[in-house]
Amino acid sequence: MLTLIKDTLTSQVVTLWRVFSHLWVKADTVEYPDVQPYMFPRWRGRIILSRDPDGEERCVACNLCAVACPVDCIALQKTEDEEGRWYPEFFRINFSRCIMCGFCEEACPTNAIQLTPDFEMAEYKRQDMVWEKEDLLIDGTGKYHDYNFYRVAGKKIGGKDKGEARNEAVPVNVRSLLP
Amino acid sequence: MTFEVGSGLSIGVILATVILVAAMLIWVERRLLSFWQERLGPNRVGPFGLLQVVADMIKIFTKEDWVPPFADKFSFVLAPAIIMTVILMSFSVIPFAPGVGVVDSNIGVLFVLAMASLGAYSVMLAGLSSDNKYALLGALRAAAQMISYEVFMGISILGVVALSGTFNLREIVLAQEENGWYVIPQFIGFVIFLIAGVAESHRLPFDIPEAEQEICAGYHTEYSGMKFGMFFVGEYLGLVLIASLITVLFFGGWLGPAFLPPIVWFSLKVFVFIAFFILLRAAIPRPRYDQLMSYGWLFLLPASLLNLLITGVIILSTS
Repeated sequence: MLTLIKDTLTSQVVTLWRVFSHLWVKADTVEYPDVQPYMFPRWRGRIILSRDPDGEERCVACNLCAVACPVDCIALQKTEDEEGRWYPEFFRINFSRCIMCGFCEEACPTNAIQLTPDFEMAEYKRQDMVWEKEDLLIDGTGKYHDYNFYRVAGKKIGGKDKGEARNEAVPVNVRSLLP
Repeated sequence: MTFEVGSGLSIGVILATVILVAAMLIWVERRLLSFWQERLGPNRVGPFGLLQVVADMIKIFTKEDWVPPFADKFSFVLAPAIIMTVILMSFSVIPFAPGVGVVDSNIGVLFVLAMASLGAYSVMLAGLSSDNKYALLGALRAAAQMISYEVFMGISILGVVALSGTFNLREIVLAQEENGWYVIPQFIGFVIFLIAGVAESHRLPFDIPEAEQEICAGYHTEYSGMKFGMFFVGEYLGLVLIASLITVLFFGGWLGPAFLPPIVWFSLKVFVFIAFFILLRAAIPRPRYDQLMSYGWLFLLPASLLNLLITGVIILSTS
């Protein structure tokens, strides 16, 4: 009985003291509109479309991002230019649906679609949350600076024939008998 | 008009101050809690967030004052009025400082205990008239809690009454001027009264009738607007009342070194106890209500009886 009382009392008093001593611990709160919080580079925020190092659009309109998207917020249409490069005719992200899961970024084979640390995307009108390709496309390479899909891929475009890509051998002539 | 015990001016000033302090406690509690939880708390409205109370009051006054169609209208409206009235009545016997008070009643201690018991009607009426299972559970728990703490709450302060020989709160304070603060001879009584006071004002860890996590605010689940506000302010008024009672009964009321005026000493002591109550809320988890009942009946009631017995023996043997 006595030990029970003693243990209970010490436990309660120690608890009270421990909680009280938090009075001189600095608060964790970041007062956001006054102080900008540090956003980590891999934070999943506003989605952008990046360009390759040559300044061309990276997106090849493969639709993998739209397929991966769990809330179906990405819509796009493929088209081709005269050189044979694929690019999206339109690319539309409805940010009022987007849940910033980053699946589109994981699915993208060309590192075109990327998530950025920007989170200040509030709008007064819902229609303003639908972003078109002009709004999404940035002038830089985003997180991956050296990657250029058409330079490493075997696809033939204007100015680059089959076998001319980086690390690519000239295609085997299957009709030749020579080894 | 003069400022003396029982004058109209004095009553008005005390009423206004007490209600204002109770409203400000909303801000004090949120701020202190947040400091103990390494947050900042409300600091946006006005300097240090002091005007948060004004914002809360504007919100609560402009909310829809809704009575559910299935509720018993009369007692539903009556219940929040009871708790406010009863606790404000209790303040009438508190001696704040020499010459400051509403009435010097010879039955001050008994009056406060009676009013505290009446306050239970408010909770039970609110729970019954709401016709809501959570509210009913809250009222049930309030009744269970009341019968388990009110007994030893009364007995725990009998030691002080026996030492000072009076039920008059002002004379109890004056008796402490000669004998020293009663917290020293009556330490067990003080601890028991503190625990009973927490239960009386429905504060954590004994906020069993309104446990938010279990029965979603208990007896005031169905209340909204100003009627909820009255319960809310009533709870803080109860907190101030218990802190004042502890100050008066055990910590010498307004007594203190002369470099500060008596009313400042009183306010300081009351604030320390209010801060302690808020610390309890931040630190101690809530027991089950059967745990509170067995704790009350099997431990605190015998302890308070024993305390009274020993006090009586000492008084008789020394006189």
